[in-house]
Amino acid sequence: MEIFQIVAIAIVATVLSVLIKHQKPEIGIYISLVTGIVVFIFVVAKLQSVIEILNQLANKINIDDIYLSTILKIVGIAYIAEFGAQVCKDAGEGVIASKIEFAGKVLIMVMAVPILVSLMDLIINMVP
Amino acid sequence: MLMNVDLIFKIAAIGIIVAVLNQVLIRAGREEQAMMTTLVGIVVVLMMVINLVSNLFDTVKTMFRLY
Repeated sequence: MEIFQIVAIAIVATVLSVLIKHQKPEIGIYISLVTGIVVFIFVVAKLQSVIEILNQLANKINIDDIYLSTILKIVGIAYIAEFGAQVCKDAGEGVIASKIEFAGKVLIMVMAVPILVSLMDLIINMVP
Repeated sequence: MLMNVDLIFKIAAIGIIVAVLNQVLIRAGREEQAMMTTLVGIVVVLMMVINLVSNLFDTVKTMFRLY
């Protein structure tokens, strides 16, 4: 199972990061950043297959493609914003982290507006 | 996958070498050289990390169709 490899890598990287963070805080941040990316790349293949299945389901029920692609975009933005914010918070820069989260929220809101508009149209059409 | 895990250990090795070199140079009374080696170490590691981060962003971009 991959989970054992992931946990092993993470623990070793944590020990290395703590070891070096005492002498050189900058390199400690690099190690935690690289470990996060390595674990994500390790799991991304599985995520890709899940997304493919979602697409097939959406096509079968012939939902409009814009909804699913917008949801995927929002998940992507949320993930990257959260990743950046965690790295900054880990480095002790709470201000930068909150700014990243704020920017992420705004971008997600911008993404969600078309769906809200189409929802409103739907409701208005239903009301006689 | 294995290539990435080696990257963690490479960065850790560079970090340890820079830290030790830093201490040696400070003891030898050359603070400015110590600062220089720290900068060089950080820039080298930054180059490696930037490649990985751009790789991550490309992966997320293609997967979530965030063009």
